[in-house]
Amino acid sequence: MTEPLLKLDDLHKSFGALKATDGVSLTLRPGEIHALIGPNGAGKSTLIQQIAGGLRSDSGTVHFAGHDVTALSTVARARAGLGRTFQISSLAMEYTVLQNAVLGALGQEGRVMRFFRPVMKDAALLEKAKAALERVGLMEQAAKRTADLSHGQRRQLEVAVALTLSPRVFLMDEPMAGLGASGSKRLTGFLEGLRAEAPILLVEHDMDAVFALADRISVLVYGQIIATGTAEEIRRNPDVREAYLGAEDAA
Amino acid sequence: MRREALLNLVLFALLPATALIALALDEPFIITLATKAAILAVAGVGLNIALGLGGLVSFGHAAFFGLGGYAMGILASHAQSYVPLMESPFLIEGTKSMLVIWCVAIVTSALAALAIGALSLRTTGVYFIMITLAFGQMLYYFAISWPAYGGEDGLSIYVRNGFPGLNTLDPIQFFAITFCVLALVLFGAGRLARSPFGLALSATRQNAVRVETVGLAPYRLRLVAFVISGAVTGLAGALFADLNRFVSPTMFSWQTSGEIMVFVILGGVGRLFGPVAGAALFILLEHVLGGLSDYWHVYLGVLLLLVVLFARGGMIGTLAGREVAHD
Repeated sequence: MTEPLLKLDDLHKSFGALKATDGVSLTLRPGEIHALIGPNGAGKSTLIQQIAGGLRSDSGTVHFAGHDVTALSTVARARAGLGRTFQISSLAMEYTVLQNAVLGALGQEGRVMRFFRPVMKDAALLEKAKAALERVGLMEQAAKRTADLSHGQRRQLEVAVALTLSPRVFLMDEPMAGLGASGSKRLTGFLEGLRAEAPILLVEHDMDAVFALADRISVLVYGQIIATGTAEEIRRNPDVREAYLGAEDAA
Repeated sequence: MRREALLNLVLFALLPATALIALALDEPFIITLATKAAILAVAGVGLNIALGLGGLVSFGHAAFFGLGGYAMGILASHAQSYVPLMESPFLIEGTKSMLVIWCVAIVTSALAALAIGALSLRTTGVYFIMITLAFGQMLYYFAISWPAYGGEDGLSIYVRNGFPGLNTLDPIQFFAITFCVLALVLFGAGRLARSPFGLALSATRQNAVRVETVGLAPYRLRLVAFVISGAVTGLAGALFADLNRFVSPTMFSWQTSGEIMVFVILGGVGRLFGPVAGAALFILLEHVLGGLSDYWHVYLGVLLLLVVLFARGGMIGTLAGREVAHD
């Protein structure tokens, strides 16, 4: 079996008496889409933050590409190749779509202490940014202000910015949220192709997308992973049915 | 964008036009007013790099303005008394050369901004405002209680410092110097805003998490911006001291910080020419309303209130419309 790119080992995080993350271990292997599902309040967002570096874990380790990144900041983890998208779009709203993508390309390139040459005339950065916008189908909106984009387009831009980073791992927090059926379907197709570039840890509520895409699914309930397996295994797992899919099955 | 460029051009031409008309009418006082506006605009352009681009509400820019002023005052006072600044371990003498004084002012205020910024930028929001204010006040009281350079009374310099090939005591020639400095500073600030650094800095103001996520550290970007901003304001301080041939602790006072902020807000936060418009308007009001009443600041307050309530983009924003993203 190939070495996992991302490996969480016995992660803990408590807020007061609440154990938001309670001994989570999880791996992400090259080329796979690993979906993380769970009911509201299961601790998915906390876990994402612990992986991305926004929250310090109480204990446990995060290994990324063979290195222990547990003590590293968000910035350092991003530089190491962790490409994150947010549940609620987190973009520079005053900028154009293209500027947001160029910001990503600039981050990836890293040479930000340049004070004189116009950044929007930097051929290498522009090429990278435009290629990313092209891939998510936002090129026509490139000159639009990000604040004027529709919700769905902002989601696409989130993904485009992550693409400009050429990450080694994608960490996607509900990319389908609020996309609607057709948008969700298109993104599903896109992510299907993306896994060849870098594996995806996908937190998602859209069950159709999860079951269509995921090689493995982990189910998080009250901060603990109660099951990990293929879509079929998860569907048949009685604990999961009880904790999570129960309501849908009963209907 | 077009409209703003045109407006900028008009604003830019307004200062030398005023100065030249005043020269023709033999009104040296008006030239001095134009010079003052140009210098204060430089200070505002400096603050605007931190405030407009970086979103850093520094209430302590008087620290840098004052350091620039005292750099001039101290060097020039030693030069006029022929007493060296320092004799051991090596000799440092005073100077009456504007260029040398500018360099000292820039380096001193940049170093101060590095120290102040390194500490202040660990906080945000109201705390950042308060800490920068506190640093400014620290320097203010230090200047007051330091008798060697005049203490509360300040320092007078008898003859304006020299600039190669020019007679700096001639108002129009000194205006030309300050206007060229303003032009250079505006050019630099304009390039900065569009540079890779400017893109990232302005993004930290809009969404710091986004900047972290692409692997850039907001703290470093802000600190560098704060240093550049402080250095430019320090340069303005040196020019201001030279204009008055006088430095006093007032340059360090929080009212000075407030005034620099007023230029930026009146003109338009984040607009390249905002401080030029703001400083020119401020000087105009001070001159016109100040002639009517000693309490002219009341009217300034009302105007500021109106701008903040109804014209968020300041004068430039009102006249040129919403900022269009750079090409």
